[in-house]
Amino acid sequence: MDTDYQRRVFDYTPASARGGRHPVVVVGAGPVGLATAVDLAQNGVPVVLLDDDDRLAHGSRAICFSKRTLEIFDRLGCGERMAAKGVRWHVGRVFHRDQEVYSFDLLPETGHARPAFVNLQQYNVEGYLHERAQELPGLDLRWRSKVTNLVQHAGHVALTVSTPDGDYALEAAYVVAADGGKSTLRALMGLESHGRSFRDRFLIADVKMSADFPAERWFWFDPPFHPGQSVLLHRQPDNLWRIDFQLGWDADPVLEKSPERVIPRIQALLGPEARFELAWVSVYTFCCLRMDAFRHGRVLFAGDAAHGVSPFGARGANSGVQDADNLAWKLRLVVDGKAPDSLLDTYAREREGAADENILHSTRATDFITPKSAASRLFRDAVLQLARDQPFARRLVNSGRLSTPSTYTASVLSTPDRERFGGTMQPGAPAADAPLTQDGRPDWLLRQTGNGFTGLYAAGAACDADVFAAMAALAGDAIPVRIVVVASAGQGGPGPFEDSAGLFAARYDAAPGSFFLLRPDQHLCARWRAFDLQAVRAAVARASCNDLNAAGATRRPMEHACAPT
Amino acid sequence: MRAHLNVEPNMADPDAFYALLVDAHQDLDEEASSILNAQLILLLSNHIGDLAVLREALAIARRNVKGENEVEA
Repeated sequence: MDTDYQRRVFDYTPASARGGRHPVVVVGAGPVGLATAVDLAQNGVPVVLLDDDDRLAHGSRAICFSKRTLEIFDRLGCGERMAAKGVRWHVGRVFHRDQEVYSFDLLPETGHARPAFVNLQQYNVEGYLHERAQELPGLDLRWRSKVTNLVQHAGHVALTVSTPDGDYALEAAYVVAADGGKSTLRALMGLESHGRSFRDRFLIADVKMSADFPAERWFWFDPPFHPGQSVLLHRQPDNLWRIDFQLGWDADPVLEKSPERVIPRIQALLGPEARFELAWVSVYTFCCLRMDAFRHGRVLFAGDAAHGVSPFGARGANSGVQDADNLAWKLRLVVDGKAPDSLLDTYAREREGAADENILHSTRATDFITPKSAASRLFRDAVLQLARDQPFARRLVNSGRLSTPSTYTASVLSTPDRERFGGTMQPGAPAADAPLTQDGRPDWLLRQTGNGFTGLYAAGAACDADVFAAMAALAGDAIPVRIVVVASAGQGGPGPFEDSAGLFAARYDAAPGSFFLLRPDQHLCARWRAFDLQAVRAAVARASCNDLNAAGATRRPMEHACAPT
Repeated sequence: MRAHLNVEPNMADPDAFYALLVDAHQDLDEEASSILNAQLILLLSNHIGDLAVLREALAIARRNVKGENEVEA
């Protein structure tokens, strides 16, 4: 029997708890705070995680977790459970009135460990992250511990933590505010998010039933069972179905939550024969907004505390977990004294850019789904009418552009290419996965990367032996680089990985001798056609803000260990 | 080279085109006419494809409706 994570209640840490100075305090034990804390603790940074409640999420809430987020959960040691429990889906169908307009496939290619998306209730995601957190001795999770005051000093942040039996003081070198859309820390600091709110209301109903709908995303515009509005249907684990009804701005949020109103709406969708029970009902509105800056001194904002989007596109929780992914390794290097404080500015720059991208997609989807003017509705309906027969119009249908990870194109942490590379990635992109084998056993490229810097070397150059000898030095650097050697299929022999399907070569445009440097968050930050120890060290320095003359360093002539073959 | 919106005469038989356009709306009520126009815009925009050209066309039309003082976004 699976644990019901919605029903778990946790003991709190009393006010007599250790106060004192901590390297990092994370506020908010939702998916983002838990992911940040797990990432820090599993990489050796002791972390205090505070939450003002004593429970995990109530209701399914975020349900669509993307491939990239699953890859991050893999790195955090709990991806397998998420993927195993989650409902895999990759096909979406769009209906207009009583007809199917078109369908799409989100992952048309194979050779990735993780599917495009799984649907999994937020309480399960938090439950698995929480159980992972409990395995880590350096992670000190304190429930019913609400931050009620925050003062920034030159070298630390002073927090007041309120518990049911009193207050105590806590100090942190850095604070991560992952305390949600209504962020207490943001309010305590007198900060605001800015953006656009949408005058519309939506009803979420989670319905328990045995139904033979396929595991697909179904989206209706103006269906006969809910005229003039949109409806979204999604399958979750345990025979739970998410139905999302657009209600319009004039709907009464209290009345619409009542079973007498909700049940007829669902019955209209499912048909009079359907038997179901309501598991969770919520009426919501949303805004597309973000804080002007995600970093304020020693306080770093992440997830919904920093930015908000509409639910169409599954960009809320996914982008929040990607914030955590970006932030944790930078915090670790800074608190370990291996990188300057300015590395944390790049968290803000990179993730502010990602938030802008998410907000742009989310706003456009919302404008398509809920047209705000007669002209907007006219074009929307014209697109849907054309889309049935005209392939071009299907590309214009926007029922939510589903979350894909951001490429940090303009990042100061990336070393610009000096040689031509094809493939699917540019510096700043999340590394693509590829199937590998080692001694005949199947494995995945991404499983071999992350947490620290990783160098991927494409073996098969004439001077491999010289390169192996030179690369070995990187493991002993202050910021070490772990080396993963990938040989062509059939060329690995015992030891190295083999590119069993040729997809490492294809996706990375790797040729014998090519070397790819991945950051601890598995984003590509530099690549070369031949290994050069000094160039790799310069790229690691640049990616950790240790190289103040990064621009000068890249103009230095190449000193290859050997010429590419 | 960046494409530009062609505003020079480009039709061999402009009168025939105009008649086609008006005939397409024959017997349609206002709502149906609007949706026909919207579909037509979408079809032709896709045929043009170039966002810079479409942007120019939209700017001219917008200026004619809103007045010359409207600043282009």
